[in-house]
Amino acid sequence: MSTATRSLPRTIGAHAILLTYTAIALFPVILVIMNSFKSRAGIFGAPLTPPTPKTFDLIGYTTVIGQGDFIHYFQNSLVVTVASLFFVLLFGAMAAFALSEYRFRGNSLMGLYLALGIMIPIRLGTVAILQLMVASGLVNTLTALILVYTAQGLPLAVFILSEFMKQVSDDLKNAGRIDGLSEYTIFFRLVLPLVRPSMATVAVFTMIPIWNDLWFPLILAPSEETKTVTLGAQLFLGQFVTNWNAILAALSLAIMPVLILYVIFSRQLIRGITSGAVK
Amino acid sequence: MGSLKIENVKKAFGPVEVLKGINLEVTDGEFVVFVGPSGCGKSTLLRVIAGLEDSTSGRVVIDGQDVSVTPPAKRGIAMVFQTYALYPHLTVKNNMGLGLKQAGTPAAEIDRRIGIASSMLSLEPYLERRPAELSGGQRQRVAIGRAVVREPKLFLFDEPLSNLDAALRVNTRLEIAQLHRRLKATMIYVTHDQVEAMTLADKIVVLNAGRIEQIGGPMELYNSPANEFVAGFIGSPKMNFIDGARLGETAKTIGVRPEHLTVDPKSGSWKGTVVHAEHLGADTNLYLDCEKAGLITVRIFGVYDAEPGATLYATPDPARTYRFGADGKTIK
Ligand SMILES: Nc1ncnc2c1ncn2[C@@H]1O[C@H](COP(=O)(O)OP(=O)(O)OP(=O)(O)O)[C@@H](O)[C@H]1O
Ligand SMILES: [Mg+2]
Repeated sequence: MSTATRSLPRTIGAHAILLTYTAIALFPVILVIMNSFKSRAGIFGAPLTPPTPKTFDLIGYTTVIGQGDFIHYFQNSLVVTVASLFFVLLFGAMAAFALSEYRFRGNSLMGLYLALGIMIPIRLGTVAILQLMVASGLVNTLTALILVYTAQGLPLAVFILSEFMKQVSDDLKNAGRIDGLSEYTIFFRLVLPLVRPSMATVAVFTMIPIWNDLWFPLILAPSEETKTVTLGAQLFLGQFVTNWNAILAALSLAIMPVLILYVIFSRQLIRGITSGAVK
Repeated sequence: MGSLKIENVKKAFGPVEVLKGINLEVTDGEFVVFVGPSGCGKSTLLRVIAGLEDSTSGRVVIDGQDVSVTPPAKRGIAMVFQTYALYPHLTVKNNMGLGLKQAGTPAAEIDRRIGIASSMLSLEPYLERRPAELSGGQRQRVAIGRAVVREPKLFLFDEPLSNLDAALRVNTRLEIAQLHRRLKATMIYVTHDQVEAMTLADKIVVLNAGRIEQIGGPMELYNSPANEFVAGFIGSPKMNFIDGARLGETAKTIGVRPEHLTVDPKSGSWKGTVVHAEHLGADTNLYLDCEKAGLITVRIFGVYDAEPGATLYATPDPARTYRFGADGKTIK
């Protein structure tokens, strides 16, 4: 790093801006977590103060764990998210490889068609999707959600990954072909490891909307068996009384898995976002 | 055990014709170099030979066998790429052994061949390293080693030295020459570099815009170029081309190599002024603006002191002057 960018006022300025931004971004999250540890009176009396010995209360968490089948909802969310993520990455990467590697008639048209989904929200097709699921008997199954989310995530995945795959050296793939590797081996062993950072980027962008989605669980899988966390949390949101302790506790718990997945991907993610910018 | 025949090979990418009918024969053990300007189709031709690219029409025959529809791994070839193209996740040893492993060669035999290749290329200390832990020159040697262990009928090199620095290029060039002598294998080598072409080749193929301009030994191309393009492409500095009409000649163009001109301060054929002088120690390049011949280059062996602006007379060696017709072909 050159000394010019290290002058003291600049450093202070940059840090001040970044710290302010961090504070603003974290504020709601911290508020939720803080209040989830307080009694109802504590939440309403002084929403902005951290829990004190007087207001500290785990009632929210005990309600969540005691009432409803929250562990089960968690499991559902996790199964749906991880399975959708897996399929999006697998099929997205394979389609991207085909589009970027092989010259065939209608290649660019196919790319455009696959990318179209980025611009058209999948929710526009909700009614048709519901009819489809009813017809195929998939209503109230996790499979329905996984199928829908895979479809939802694929366009962006194909679009981003095919850009990255175009950058993988042709010579490397050709060397593999001369050494007798199959196209599958070339894809899984040579190309995929090289685009891992972009896979992580796609994973994060795909994962968060799926985990947070309320729409499709509500419509396609509202049964007790298949409820996801976001849907389960609605349990505490009444028309007349809302159990704020339980909601805040449920939300705090719901943050954890995404956070863990994010940490797993983030090292790769940073490389994915900055690759190209710095060699 | 390593002959190659290319019959009327054409290749088009969509409407763009990149190879316009290539015919070539390479005999066993020959070192053939493809040269030509950037974008003329050298790499494309090499990839067609390797089977990485299908030709639009024509046949590729290796060792008497039509391999036009054979996959690359079954053609008995090995290729070395400009960008090394080593497998980043494998050690040097596994990089070299992968092709054999895929072909089902017994492990002992793989080890034996890796041993021979790595001692030939002094790669023994690096066998357990990954490509990221090697220098550029070492990586290219590994890439060459990977080709050697396959014991191919045909080696294909696509500008293998152009990512290396000048000193390393000379060393690796020597190594490739020695390799060719030891293995007596057929090698096809693509390059931009004149020196590489002249020093390595038994036979040079000059390509231009998807066509072969001339095939011949290095000295044959230098001494009797078939046309203006080859004359200008082979030799450095480039041959001087002078409009025949200005010299009162019947030929369309007159060509003289810079080294076949002599200069004298008092008398000679073409009077000119020195525009610029390049002193290289072993020789001196003079750029002369001549009244009759226009701007020409003269190469003088040894040191020659000439200030820009000085007047000099240049005289071509009449026995080594080339004459080209309106179609660009050499007039004999
Ligand atoms: N996949 C492709 N699609 C379309 N055109 C291509 C493709 N590959 C190569 N070309 C074109 O074919 C021509 C020849 O390319 P090629 O790579 O064979 O040139 P080259 O002689 O090796 O040049 P260089 O010396 O710069 O490597 C170029 O004009 C190039 O644009
Ligand atoms: Mg090339």
